[in-house]
Amino acid sequence: MSAPAIEVRNVTVHYGDVLALDNVSLSLAPGRIYGLIGMNGSGKSTLFKTITGMLRPDHGTVTLAGQQPALARKAGAVGYVPQSEDVDWAFPLSVRDVVMMGRYGHMGIARRPKAADKAAVAEALARVELTDLADRQIGQLSGGQKKRAFVARGIAQGATILLLDEPFAGVDKRSEGTITKLLRELAAEGATVLVSTHDLNALPKLADEAILLMRTVLLQSTPAEVLKPENLARAFGLDVTVGDAE
Amino acid sequence: MNPLDFLLEPLSYDFMVRALATSVTAAIVCAVLSCWLVLIGWSLMGDAVSHAVLPGVVLAYVVGAPFALGAVIFGFLAVALIGIVRNTSRIKEDAAIGIVFTTLFALGIVLISVTPSQTDLNHIIFGNLLGVSWADLAQVLILGAITLTILLVKRRDFTLYAFDATHAHAIGLNPKVLGAALLGLLALTAVVALQAVGVVLVVALLIIPGATAYLLTDRFSRMLVIAPVMSALAAITGLYLSYYLDTASGGMIVLVEGCIFALVYLFSPTQGVIGKRLGAMKRQRMLAAQ
Repeated sequence: MSAPAIEVRNVTVHYGDVLALDNVSLSLAPGRIYGLIGMNGSGKSTLFKTITGMLRPDHGTVTLAGQQPALARKAGAVGYVPQSEDVDWAFPLSVRDVVMMGRYGHMGIARRPKAADKAAVAEALARVELTDLADRQIGQLSGGQKKRAFVARGIAQGATILLLDEPFAGVDKRSEGTITKLLRELAAEGATVLVSTHDLNALPKLADEAILLMRTVLLQSTPAEVLKPENLARAFGLDVTVGDAE
Repeated sequence: MNPLDFLLEPLSYDFMVRALATSVTAAIVCAVLSCWLVLIGWSLMGDAVSHAVLPGVVLAYVVGAPFALGAVIFGFLAVALIGIVRNTSRIKEDAAIGIVFTTLFALGIVLISVTPSQTDLNHIIFGNLLGVSWADLAQVLILGAITLTILLVKRRDFTLYAFDATHAHAIGLNPKVLGAALLGLLALTAVVALQAVGVVLVVALLIIPGATAYLLTDRFSRMLVIAPVMSALAAITGLYLSYYLDTASGGMIVLVEGCIFALVYLFSPTQGVIGKRLGAMKRQRMLAAQ
């Protein structure tokens, strides 16, 4: 097995007095998709923030793509697809503008796009089948298209680690299928994909492995194993079966 | 009077030339910054910082330091105090902003009342466009040029910061530095605009142009053109109106800005309350005609 793309070791994060992550350790391999599941407040967003560098852990270390996290981020290794509710969809930017932001780390001080940047953006847009909609304002896309636009930003960036925070919330089943197929392709090319999701039914189709989070990692295993009622009950604190969770 | 004389007559006075240069510069710099402020949701912060610089400017006057230095120090002090009050008590942010900036503004007024000065420091509060000296104008032009250059060179980073700070983190940028830079530029801009419209009305120049442009386009790059053009036109129009109507120049400029906003609010083709309906009716008629 190759070196892990994301290595989280004994990470603890507090918000004031509140313990958000408690001694979390994870090792995620390249070329695989990981489903991150847990209740609201289980630390999923905190884990993402720790990986993107928004939050500095109180204890523990994060290694990304075998490097110090700051170096890996500067190299453009980390792509991030935000939750829908965290985005101002009325912001006056086109789809192309948003995808171009993936290239900023590769640009000079004024972030003036060169031919190579424009080509990378065009290629990424084609990859997610948004070429025709590239000049639309970002909020004028459907729920699924919006997600694909942000995935395209990660592709244009050349990210080898892709983090998606609840990408299927408010997205219809067909778009969910399109996005899943796209993520599977990216994983097949070697990307490490970490997806937080509430859609437990779709987990086996989407993910190679699932991670059950409840401030700490309860279980990291195959989706089938994680979805066993007795395991879900540990994370959700009540008797949940696939089909009626959330 | 023929129209050309109408435009040229005021310019035969040096003070009007200086007033025009000062107000147009202030209008442009404020307008460019306002594009980010209205999108980040920092309008109230703009209000707070532009008022809170007052004691800094007065103290700088007292010790003979550049106004910009005092303004930036008190601008950051205001932001820090707002953050402290919000984060360490149950007071919400809008109340924290209200408490901090009015207190600092009051400190400025008290300092003015005890500072003996040649020039009337009260002009800082309400502006004194017609009394701008060549030295004042030079300061406005230099500060304006510095602020505008930084804003335009780093515009893509500021837009990224406004749109998606998490992504900025993820690609190794430091959003805290970008946010602090914007606040510093806000304090500098407040100094630029003090001369034109005074502390009290600076906030109008810091919000209205960006908000107006936002109602006219879906492209940030176009907002950065529309806002300063609109604001410069408002400054020129307001100044001429104040000359011929013999009214307060700073107030007149802001009134014109507000009127342009009102027109755009009503008649913008895509966002206007009336303009949207007119557009829909026109499309229906075209469909019916086919």
